[in-house]
This record gives sequence, C-alpha cells and structure tokens, in this order.
Amino acid sequence: MLPLLLEKVSFAVNGRTIIDRISVEIAAGPRTIILGPNGAGKSVLMRLCHGLLKPTAGVIAWRGPTNGGLRQAMVFQRPVMLRRSVLANVVYGMGLAGIAPRERELRARDVLEAVGLSHLAERPARMLSGGEQQRVALARAWALNPEVLFLDEPTANLDPGATRDIESIVAQMHASGTKIIMTTHNLGQARRLGDEILFLHQGRLAERAPMERFFRQPESSEAASFIREEIP
Amino acid sequence: MSEITQALGAAGAMIFSFDRKLIEIVLLSLCVSLTAVVIASVIGLPLGAAIAVNRFTGRRALIVVLNALMGLPPVVVGLVVYLLLSRAGPLGELGILFTPSAMVVAQTILILPIVAALSRQVVEDTWQEYQEQLRSLGAGPVTSAMTLLRDARFSLVTIVLAGFGRAAAEVGAVMIVGGNIDGVTRVMTTAIALETSKGDLPLALGLGIILLALVLALNATAYWVKEAAQRRYG
Amino acid sequence: MSCKTLIYGLLFVSVLAAPGTTAQTRFITVASTTSTEQSGLFKHILPIFQKKTGIEVRVVALGTGQSLDMGKRGDADVVFVHARSLEEKFIAEGYGVKRFPVMYNDFVLIGPRRDPARIAGGKDTLQALRKIKAAGAPFVSRGDRSGTHNAELALWKQAGIDIAKEKGPWYRDTGQGMGPALNTASAMNGYILADRGTWISFRNRGDLEILVEGDQRLFNQYGVILVNPAKHKHVKKDLGQAFIDWIVSAEGQKAIAGYKIGGEQLFFPNANDTGA
Repeated sequence: MLPLLLEKVSFAVNGRTIIDRISVEIAAGPRTIILGPNGAGKSVLMRLCHGLLKPTAGVIAWRGPTNGGLRQAMVFQRPVMLRRSVLANVVYGMGLAGIAPRERELRARDVLEAVGLSHLAERPARMLSGGEQQRVALARAWALNPEVLFLDEPTANLDPGATRDIESIVAQMHASGTKIIMTTHNLGQARRLGDEILFLHQGRLAERAPMERFFRQPESSEAASFIREEIP
Repeated sequence: MSEITQALGAAGAMIFSFDRKLIEIVLLSLCVSLTAVVIASVIGLPLGAAIAVNRFTGRRALIVVLNALMGLPPVVVGLVVYLLLSRAGPLGELGILFTPSAMVVAQTILILPIVAALSRQVVEDTWQEYQEQLRSLGAGPVTSAMTLLRDARFSLVTIVLAGFGRAAAEVGAVMIVGGNIDGVTRVMTTAIALETSKGDLPLALGLGIILLALVLALNATAYWVKEAAQRRYG
Repeated sequence: MSCKTLIYGLLFVSVLAAPGTTAQTRFITVASTTSTEQSGLFKHILPIFQKKTGIEVRVVALGTGQSLDMGKRGDADVVFVHARSLEEKFIAEGYGVKRFPVMYNDFVLIGPRRDPARIAGGKDTLQALRKIKAAGAPFVSRGDRSGTHNAELALWKQAGIDIAKEKGPWYRDTGQGMGPALNTASAMNGYILADRGTWISFRNRGDLEILVEGDQRLFNQYGVILVNPAKHKHVKKDLGQAFIDWIVSAEGQKAIAGYKIGGEQLFFPNANDTGA
C-alpha cells in the first residue's frame, strides 16, 4: 500500500479552504507525526488520507502493492465502543475485515493481552474508563494487523498515566511493523513518538523534517513560533 | 363517582369469573396488536435505519412525510383499508375483510410510520456518534444499519412498545375493517365502544380498566427486561 | 429472563393468532342494523340457526344505509334492514335478489319525565312532533341514514313539517347509532324516536321514559334480502338462501317471537304478511 502520495490536495467546505494544496509522499518506516496548532487542519488531513473524506481538488493515491486489500485502521480522539463486551468489540472489526471466524476470538484475546486488558474481556466496553476504552480501540485496530495506523490526537482527553499506556502500545505496534501516522498538538508527545514531523499551518504544509532537526532548527517561521509556544 | 365504583366491580367480576367471552376478546386484542407490531417492526426498524444511514435525493421530504404519518387518524386508515379490501375494491379477491387479518393489516399500517420515524431518529443519533469509526472499519451502509439497530436496541424496545400501545388503544380502524363481529372480530376497544353505545357504561368502563391493566403489565415487563439487559451490556 | 425469551414469546403469541380466513367453517356475512344487534335478538336466534344447519352467521351491525352499501359492494351475503323504500330501491337497482318481510317492531317516542312539549300519553305521533317543534324542545335525531332515521324523517313529513328547512337549534342532528343517540338524549333531557328493542335494553335512561307509543305509524318493518350473486360471484348464495329460508320459516319466526326482555316480546314475526 505505502507509499501514500498526495498531489496538490485541497479540501474546502462552504467556500472555506481547510486544506490548501498539500503535496507530500509518505513512505513506509518512520513514525510520521502531523503537528500543528489548533485549526491547522490536522484532523481533516488525517481523514483525507484514511479515506473518510474526499478531497475537493487534487489526488490521493496509495502507490505501493496491495497484498490482501487496503489494510489501514484509525483510532479517534474519542473511542467509539459498541454496546457489547470488550472482546466483542475487538472481534467486530475482524468480522468486517474478513478474518475467518475461528481465528477471530483467538486473535482478539492475544491483542487484549498485549494491551493489558485480558482481565476486562467480558466487561461491557462502555463501562470502561476513557484510557481503557482507548486501549480497546487500539487493540481493535491491532487485531486487523494493519499496514498503516492513523491516530487522531489519541491522548488529548486522557490523563498522563493513560497517555503513557497508549504511547507504549503505539510503540509496540510500530515495532511489529505497522506504519504510524499520528496527529498531535502536544510538543512533548511529538518528541517522544515522532521520527519525522509534518508541520501544518492554516491548511498548508509549512515544513517537513526529521524530528531532531525540526526541533533544533525549524526552517519556517511558523514552526519556530509554534515550538516557542507562541501559537497555541 | 358511583359509576366508577360500579365499573371496578364489573371489572373485578369479569376477571375473577374467567368470563369466557372476556378471555376471547382479550386474546384476540393481544394477538391482533402483537402481530401488527411484529410485522411493523420487521419492516419499520430496518427502514428507519436505512433512511438514517443513507443519503439520497428527497431524503428530507421523506423524513417529514414519515413523521407526519405518525399522526394518521386510525379511522381514516380503517376507511382506506376497508375500501381496498372490500369486494368492490382492488384487493377484494383476498376475502379478508371482516376477519382478524384485515385488522392486523390496518393496525400494521397505523404503527409502521411510528416505528420507522422514531427508529430513524434514534439510529441517526447513534449514527452521528458511530459513523466515522464504522466507516473506518469498513462497514458499508447495510452493516452499519444492522450494527446501529443492535446497539440502539434498548431505545428501540421503547419504540416498539409505543407502537403496540397505539395499536391496542385504537378503535377506529379495527371497527371499520373488522366489523366488531361477536366472537370473530370483537376486540377490547370495539367491545368498549359497543357497551358504551348500549348505555352500559359500568361494563364499558370495566373493560377499559382491564385494557389499561394489560397495557401497563406489558410495559412493566418490558421495562424490567430492559433494565436487566442494560445492566449486563451497558 | 433474557431479551431473547421475550422476543420468542412475542413471536409465539403472534403466530398463535394465525388470524386468517377460516375457510373450514361455513359462514355467511349478514349486514344488519345496530338496533337488531344491540337489542340482543341475534344473540338469541342465531345459535338456534347454527345448531340446525351448522352455518355460522357473522353479523356486521352498522346502520341501514351502510348495510345496504355493504350489499352493493358485495361485502355481505345477506342484508337484513328496516327501510322498505330503500330496500326496494336496492332490488330495483339489481343489487338484491328478492325482499322477504320478516318481522316488525315498533318505535316509541321518548322524552324527559318533565315533558315540556306536553305529549305524554298521546296516541298521535304527528301531533306530538308538531308540539315538540312548537315548544322548541330539544329533539335528538340519528341523522345517519339508518332505518330509524328514515322513519323519523317520514314522520316529520307526514306531520306537514319540512324539517330540513324548519329545524332550529332545538333539533340536534347527531349522526350516531341508536345507543349513542339515546345517551345524548339522556344527557340533554331531549326527545327522541327510538326502536323499542334498543330502548328496553338501554341502561342509561336518566330521566327519559316512553311518552307516545302504539301508533300504527310507529310500526317498523324488517326485510331480508340475498345479495345478488349475479353482481358478485363470490356471494354464498346457498348458505345465504338457507338463512333466509329459515328465518321466514315457522321455526325461525317462532325463534323471533320467543325473544323477550323482562317478559316483553320485542319483535313480531310477520313473514306471512304479503303486504309488509
């Protein structure tokens, strides 16, 4: 599937331009963090890449070979739990992905173990805490063995402890071969998790750089201001 | 006030003597309305969900019409169904006029908009919450609709009960298409209408009390089941 | 108890209903009037007929007008009403085969005990009606094209009153069946023309009582007609004819005469009266 190619992609709603002619190629490997202030268009860009939104101009294409279909998953800022048990939630996604029924429960229990929620497998998912629900969402995505995992500000609503849990799982998934594309407006998180940064400002790709270089020597003035926390 | 006391007395006497006619009438009422509610739900719930998750031209007009149809006057439905099922009408060949089947048809038509319109609302509210996640997981409109129906099941139970209540309470439709035939199409509401018109008000009131008690019992049962299930599934 | 049990239970009950056409039982649909049904006559005579012939009679009790309409549409096999002119028109237009007189009952003029129009005890209905109009006393009319309604209109006409033109606020055109109309009359202490049968079994009398009765003009003739199978092929003409044959036979007539409320006979069989 990867690399993902965006060519002059724009997205406008009611005359307002939210994404303005972004061209970028995202390759396999490094953890890509989409960074930027509130309102920069990070969430919209994620959704365009994932396929939830269609660009109003430009082209988005997966340029790599697709073995076994388009395998990508997304975790949202607010996890959406179905009114079923934790285990059933994880199994649900696999059913849609066409994984064989016999395999589903086994895999589900494996990923739940990996995220540390085995003891809650039978609990109604909606009764879990925010952090736990987000872990279920990650488990659900992980069970699909996706090539690309999109995460849209996954810890924005969580306390530091839960945030650490989530970041740890994301690291594990990256280690097992999944490409991570994540948005955040939290500089610390970007430093901890990112390999490369795509900095968005008012819908445009203001800068792209490896993480180290971005924080040491940002090229654009907007990025510099942002790092100095002058733009919220 | 004395009429109400008489009514309670009449109701009590009927219930405790296991009056055969009464049992017949009660069973028929339940059967007709329950059957109508089942059919209306089988059609209406998926219909409501489908309208909720799909976008198509005329969708908003359809929603407005569906909501308006919730207020269909039963007597109008009865009249239209009568004209359809009459021998002189297009479906006369079926020969189901003045049978419980005709009553089921009329009540189904009456409840269907209620089930569809309300389930559309409930599903659409849930759809707002779930939409992105379901689409992200690859669920198409049909799968999404089914998932939403399942997740909204507790609210849907309330809707189905509302439909049943409407059916069990109406008299206009079943009177016209059933004919209130003694022993064949006489249900609680038409029996009440008949006794009222005969001037036997305590008896009519007594029957009314029994009808209320039945509907109350059904609602209470459904509520407890719902509570129990909600505790299990969140 | 789980959700599943409840759902299966519901499905089971509704399947039990299996409401459908009972093609097995032999039955006919008779369109008749509310007065005949509410008086309890059918409850008395139909079981006798069913026991003898095994034919179930399903009575749809509406008003005369609606019953004849049902006959025209073919929704009934037999029509049993009490409005001779309308019945003859029904046959003339080809909807019915032949009219047989069956029985008569009588109307009574009912009013409040107070009797503001002073008609109590009189034997002349027409005079009574004129007095009611003169007094402007409330009068409840059925207004529903029923046999009773037609009889009432005929009486006003005979009394020399063009009621459509000359009615005032005292004339309450309710559009209801006999029972509901009596309820209305009772509630407003008004005068009303009613058939004796419904009156005798009416429970909500309030201050009302019979004020005028026995006048020849108040006699109310019932006729029975088989719906024309030539117009509606599915009409159960054999079963329907069996019913008609029975009700005009000595046995049927005896059953009618045998029906009493409080010792009082309501309907007087006269199938033999060819002029009826």
